[in-house]
Amino acid sequence: MSVDLATVKRVARLARIAVSEEEAQRMMGELNGILGFVEQLSEVDVAGVEPMTSVTPMAMKKREDVVSDGNKAEDIVANAPVTDRNFFLVPKVVE
Amino acid sequence: MTDLTRLTIAEARTKLAAKEITAVELTEAYLGAIEAANEAINAYVVVTPEKAREMAKASDARIAAGKAGALEGIPLGIKDLFATEGVHTQACSHILDGFKPRYESTVTQNLWNDGAVMLGKLNMDEFAMGSSNETSYYGVVKNPWRANGSNLDLVPGGSSGGSAAAVAAFLCAGATATDTGGSIRQPAAFTGTVGIKPTYGRCSRWGTVAFASSLDQAGPIARDVRDAAILLKSMASVDAKDTTSVDLPVPDYEASLGQSLKGMRIGIPKEYRVDGMPEEIETLWQQGIAWLRDAGAEIVDISLPHTKYALPAYYIVAPAEASSNLARYDGVRYGLRVDGKDIADMYEKTRAAGFGTEVKRRIMIGTYVLSAGYYDAYYLQAQKVRTLIKRDFELAFHAGVDAILTPATPSSAFGIADEDLASDPVKMYLNDIFTVTVNMAGLPGIAVPAGLDHKGLPLGLQLIGKPFEEETLFKTAHVIEQAAGRFTPAKWW
Repeated sequence: MSVDLATVKRVARLARIAVSEEEAQRMMGELNGILGFVEQLSEVDVAGVEPMTSVTPMAMKKREDVVSDGNKAEDIVANAPVTDRNFFLVPKVVE
Repeated sequence: MTDLTRLTIAEARTKLAAKEITAVELTEAYLGAIEAANEAINAYVVVTPEKAREMAKASDARIAAGKAGALEGIPLGIKDLFATEGVHTQACSHILDGFKPRYESTVTQNLWNDGAVMLGKLNMDEFAMGSSNETSYYGVVKNPWRANGSNLDLVPGGSSGGSAAAVAAFLCAGATATDTGGSIRQPAAFTGTVGIKPTYGRCSRWGTVAFASSLDQAGPIARDVRDAAILLKSMASVDAKDTTSVDLPVPDYEASLGQSLKGMRIGIPKEYRVDGMPEEIETLWQQGIAWLRDAGAEIVDISLPHTKYALPAYYIVAPAEASSNLARYDGVRYGLRVDGKDIADMYEKTRAAGFGTEVKRRIMIGTYVLSAGYYDAYYLQAQKVRTLIKRDFELAFHAGVDAILTPATPSSAFGIADEDLASDPVKMYLNDIFTVTVNMAGLPGIAVPAGLDHKGLPLGLQLIGKPFEEETLFKTAHVIEQAAGRFTPAKWW
């Protein structure tokens, strides 16, 4: 499988990365190179093989359903680029 | 006075305990070395001298009070991927500009609890994506090693290039690193240092910037096998904050050094001979086999038939996980923000400006392979191949193999801005061909220096072990180290 320019732009949009026409062109070549490299996986017979979901055969650890952390609003917003009274500020999303 | 930076961790530990040196003296020696060398090597992106002096002073007080921890007063460098409270933590990316976490990663907290001293944060490939440390927002790291009679700068490998270079250039006593596809073992091999990626689940991932969560593991890079064993003992733990942390006690790895290899079976996988691999790597491998045989191990030929599919499967699984993990960098909660006409435009502009070329490339691949219509053909297929790769190892271990010996890398360190590698991303990816299988199977792997090539550059061998049998790797690597000796670069910086 290979990707065309329209697909590159669509994927960039999905990934929320702005790309120029020039970058999209370059990425198309690189992505096709990588996709060509991974193409060889299709020759592996995987009939009856389960996909790996965990490298270690263990049940996921679960913690008790209790509040164990919190009241750290200031810590949480401390690194945000724009905040107001412990809220994150973003451009307007509703009219 | 002798140069204190030349002491191994084990040697410094003895001298500190005997009060022949103080932690403050040791830390000052390293701070002086960093000041003199970092401009040339670029291993550190941030040096924290005040914090280091304060921690060293506290170490001296604890030593005086007879309350020294296992790493008391030992100055370490920390890869920029580990969250360090109040200190620059950016995974060497522009998108995390100014990020200073309000918390400490479990791995680094474990080190400080044992008395270690932080010297600063180490350079790395952006978000640990790279094999040469050239994708860092903070510039390339120079390998302390140069070819005989050459003044050409070489890469230290990656992604833990700063960690490996700092250890090799005596700019820290040891360093933390992480390994997703070879990022501890390949730079260790390129710099003549020892690096171990422990079993997945051995070191907590809590507070470590995520790249590919099912593959990422922390481990140390050190001057020798003993120091690596000492560091891993402190880094590893059982951690309730990481659901993939395994409930097994951490053994005393150092105690395994010097144990006999008699009765051990070492597997030699035929699939680790690749086209175009230099003859001297094959020779080195044969030398390693001879050393282990001389030490009493039995050598057996094995087959790991799905080896060649590990790298292509990795380049689906790792980018897929990365595209998901890196979705959090949106210009809202931390780091860089570039304003746009609406929120989507802000996201797109922020991510376009904040991520480097290699990171964007991997996010794009990951987004594509996870997108509607392609998931089964790529991602699901890769996860099934991953099961087969793991099964290859399980069959070998089941047949009685205790550890597997391979070359660590297909070449020695290459030049900075190598045109051949820059023009083709896949060529750069091939650097990890011997290391990536280990991550795909979640196994422990250690890279140990075994010799120099004809250019005088270090080459490493890799040992792969059964899950949670790091002790086997340490004792076997120690035998190689005893036979090969240690390798130190000639100082040019």
